[in-house]
Amino acid sequence: MKPAPFAYARPGTLAEAVALLGAEPGAARILAGGQSLMPMLNFRLAQPALLVDINRIADGAVLRQDADGLTLGPLVRHADLLRHCAAGRGHPLLAAALPLIAHSGIRNRGTVCGSLALADPAAELPACAVALDAELDLVSPRGTRRIGAEAFFRGIYETALAEDEMIAAVRFPPADPNWRWTCLEVARRQGDFAIAGLAAGFCATGAPAARLVAFGVAERPLRLAAAEAALTARGSDAAVATLADLDLLGGGDYPAAYRRQVLGTLLTRAAAALGAPA
Amino acid sequence: MSARTGMPDSLDTKDSVDISCRVNGETVAARVPVRQSLVDFLRHGLGLTGSHVGCEHGVCGACTIVLDGRCVRGCLLLAAQADGAEIETIEGATASGRLDALRAEFVTRAGLQCGFCTPGMLLTAAEFLDAGGGPDRSEIRDALSGNYCRCTGYHAIVDAVEAAARSHPRSA
Repeated sequence: MKPAPFAYARPGTLAEAVALLGAEPGAARILAGGQSLMPMLNFRLAQPALLVDINRIADGAVLRQDADGLTLGPLVRHADLLRHCAAGRGHPLLAAALPLIAHSGIRNRGTVCGSLALADPAAELPACAVALDAELDLVSPRGTRRIGAEAFFRGIYETALAEDEMIAAVRFPPADPNWRWTCLEVARRQGDFAIAGLAAGFCATGAPAARLVAFGVAERPLRLAAAEAALTARGSDAAVATLADLDLLGGGDYPAAYRRQVLGTLLTRAAAALGAPA
Repeated sequence: MSARTGMPDSLDTKDSVDISCRVNGETVAARVPVRQSLVDFLRHGLGLTGSHVGCEHGVCGACTIVLDGRCVRGCLLLAAQADGAEIETIEGATASGRLDALRAEFVTRAGLQCGFCTPGMLLTAAEFLDAGGGPDRSEIRDALSGNYCRCTGYHAIVDAVEAAARSHPRSA
């Protein structure tokens, strides 16, 4: 339960951090909150040659809300964002999702960008990022590029990040006051990984519109486009019926049929909570 | 090029580092292996054995310490990351008196059996109360959900935190 040997660097700037990543692509890992990486090191599931600790990089904890929305630097912790959202700022979907993440001690240290970079299929924030069309700024020694959340998540722990890239910032668009949002999940214990979860938004003003992104049921955040269309046109029962066509993850104690049933229940509950038609 | 890490020597990477931090109000300077966890440094380097090592992967909460004002897992931090930080362990929190009311309720309600989880329970419960947490039992359970008690004494622990919440200065 002790990590394999590694070298350690604590750069003072983002540029220094990505220079270390680029020096020997694939040999280094970014250490941000470490709430997933440290267990992986202790279990020796990850054995990087170098840990690049970014906890002291300048301006890493930037949390800015303006006309462009909410921009978060790589050191914004879950607890920081939760506190921001609890005061009625931020975004209502994030306010609903953050309390579901692990436990207070983990939220005090874990970072939003780190959760996105890890891309655990059962994690809440990747689904929120897809639901809200968040954009990520990826930085490497080669420069910076911007990518949408939908294109960023590729599979189980797989993202568009190259070996010499890290997330410099994530930006969530401003909340539309006509939309209501919720995030629901079922887990064995509070803070445990979700068996199935749902980030859901509904707009009843003007032409009805919905946004539904499931997590814990597929290799990556799963946009439920058919369910969105059914929910706005015919209501939640019709939306749940569309789940029968999905190819969901099975395995372990939770076969795909069970995850589908849980997801359907969550969809019914979310629709009711958001004022969508049954 | 370093043979072991494969990293160019020009990059400043290290196997051990000098750290300076404040632990329970006292300045501490030490040279630590970069692989050493913060809780192992506190226990073996400084003899502060009140922070317990349970699961070593962030699940059990027995190693909870306060880093720069926030409860965190001591097993999920490196000692190297303590450089420049302000750390409070159960020893310091106890000596400060800030846990007195909670400790008294844990005793009154028999909120501990073997005591292994108790330091983490106390620090986490104190953070919950200081952040405005009240005597709602489901909120208390939520707040303590990251701290395992393998003697299964949760009811008594929730009783103790609930009682402490009712007598917390904020409720007066």
